[in-house]
Amino acid sequence: MKITVCIGSSCHLKGSRQIVEELQRLISDHNVKDKVELSGTFCMNNCTNGVCVTVDEKPYSLTPETTESFFSTEILPVL
Amino acid sequence: MKRFDTKVQLIKYKVLREVARRAFDDTLLKTVMDIPKEIVPGKEATMRCCIYKERAILEERIKLAMGGNKEKANIVEVIDIACDECPVGGYEVTAACRGCIAHRCENVCKRGAITFDHMQKAHIDKSKCVDCGLCAQVCPFSAITLNNRPCENACKVNAISMNEETNCAQIDDEKCITCGACVYQCPFGAIMEKSYILEVIDLIKQSNDTDKKLYAVVAPSIAGQFSDVKLGQVIGGLKQLGFYHVVEAALGADMVAYAESAELAEKGFLTSSCCPAFVNYVEKQFPDLKKHVSHNLSPMATIAKYIKETTPGAHVIFIGPCIAKKAEAQLESVSPYVDYVLTFEELQAMFDSRDINLEAMPVDVLNNASYYGRIFARSGGLADAVTQALKEQGLDQDFSFKPISCDGIEACRMALLRASKKVLDANFIEGMACVGGCIGGPGCLTHGTKNRNEVDKYGKEAYEKTIHETIHMYQDFNHN
Repeated sequence: MKITVCIGSSCHLKGSRQIVEELQRLISDHNVKDKVELSGTFCMNNCTNGVCVTVDEKPYSLTPETTESFFSTEILPVL
Repeated sequence: MKRFDTKVQLIKYKVLREVARRAFDDTLLKTVMDIPKEIVPGKEATMRCCIYKERAILEERIKLAMGGNKEKANIVEVIDIACDECPVGGYEVTAACRGCIAHRCENVCKRGAITFDHMQKAHIDKSKCVDCGLCAQVCPFSAITLNNRPCENACKVNAISMNEETNCAQIDDEKCITCGACVYQCPFGAIMEKSYILEVIDLIKQSNDTDKKLYAVVAPSIAGQFSDVKLGQVIGGLKQLGFYHVVEAALGADMVAYAESAELAEKGFLTSSCCPAFVNYVEKQFPDLKKHVSHNLSPMATIAKYIKETTPGAHVIFIGPCIAKKAEAQLESVSPYVDYVLTFEELQAMFDSRDINLEAMPVDVLNNASYYGRIFARSGGLADAVTQALKEQGLDQDFSFKPISCDGIEACRMALLRASKKVLDANFIEGMACVGGCIGGPGCLTHGTKNRNEVDKYGKEAYEKTIHETIHMYQDFNHN
């Protein structure tokens, strides 16, 4: 599975770094490093709905606060 | 608000704007020959002997705006017919000499080069004079002046000389480091650099038709360049122009500062590799020191590489104050990452060619880098960033950092000379070819002391406060 976080300026200011850090922590805590590939890209052309995140092309809109619940509902069950 | 320092820049800008306008409209081939008459409508000549010469010179500028002479590898070219063949006499006595009694000029001259005619007026014997300038310093009437060509004065690597047959300036490509000082300094605008606006406009058009994403990487010296609008509006303008996204070159600078400080702590002595003209200078004039040049790519190339690795199909255009970057982008080690380089002058011309009014643009955002990456734009910033990066990596305990910040080739030469003789009291040379650092670059719209403050102000507006916080997530991504 590939999670891509938008790291363009707009999403960066809305907390994409915090989301990346949170995802890194969750991936490591749940020991799923070999199942999840985490990457970044500069802008997903959907700035108003940032922070933009895609999971294998499927788009999501996250904040640092919603990252943990996103991980438990959208990521963990399908691993 | 003043947009340019000189009228030479204004003329160049008009040419670039008109070429760009026609390229966007697909009418360039049909109407390119109309441009000179549009810019110089006549009937009175305002710059040269006649409007026909003015237009002929504009034709040469148009050629350079369209990429210049492809057979000449050098980015910088002399426009022969624009060269005013300035005098090259060195020190000469002017009519202001009053034929005084003191003859301080004669007394101070160690070469016995000063003689006097029957009116007691001084003359300089050119076979003896070594252009030391002492006579000019002591003359109470300032009657002795230095007649050197501004292009030769500007060129600190002595690459410019006078062609004996044509009297025009000529560039020795073996010595030229494409710093662009002559381009900015020639009062007649007779030296100009090749432009790649046509290639960039092609990419913009392609990206409209296909999924190709066109990224602008903007140098931090942009702070203070478009001073009557907000930086965010310039970013808005870039997107309006057709760029998909804008990324700070300063983020590449953060990455470089981090890697370079580790490299320095390991090797013990290093010079920076950010400024391509400085690197070129070391290679040409101090080949023995080449091994000490940091092995890191420049911030421009570093961030461009990152963008291309994360976004397949991306194209990267660097926009900055620099002419030497145009040459750097053609290096084998850089060309896979950076497609083309534009200057701020060219960007202004492209905005206006599309009638993009920056004042009416929405304020977009540009914020990826830290304070330290952003201050790379001014002299001393790189050394400050390396200090910080050493500290953040805990490398400052066992390694005592002693930087020397050199701006301008003359300062660089002094440090490199000392380093080559192993008497330099420093273990890191920050080398920038332009005086003041990148804010003194020849592709800037304006130059001035305020620009340094603008860069610092822009630095302080960074969202990220440390280099580590800024870059560690990029390092942790698992890219293939």
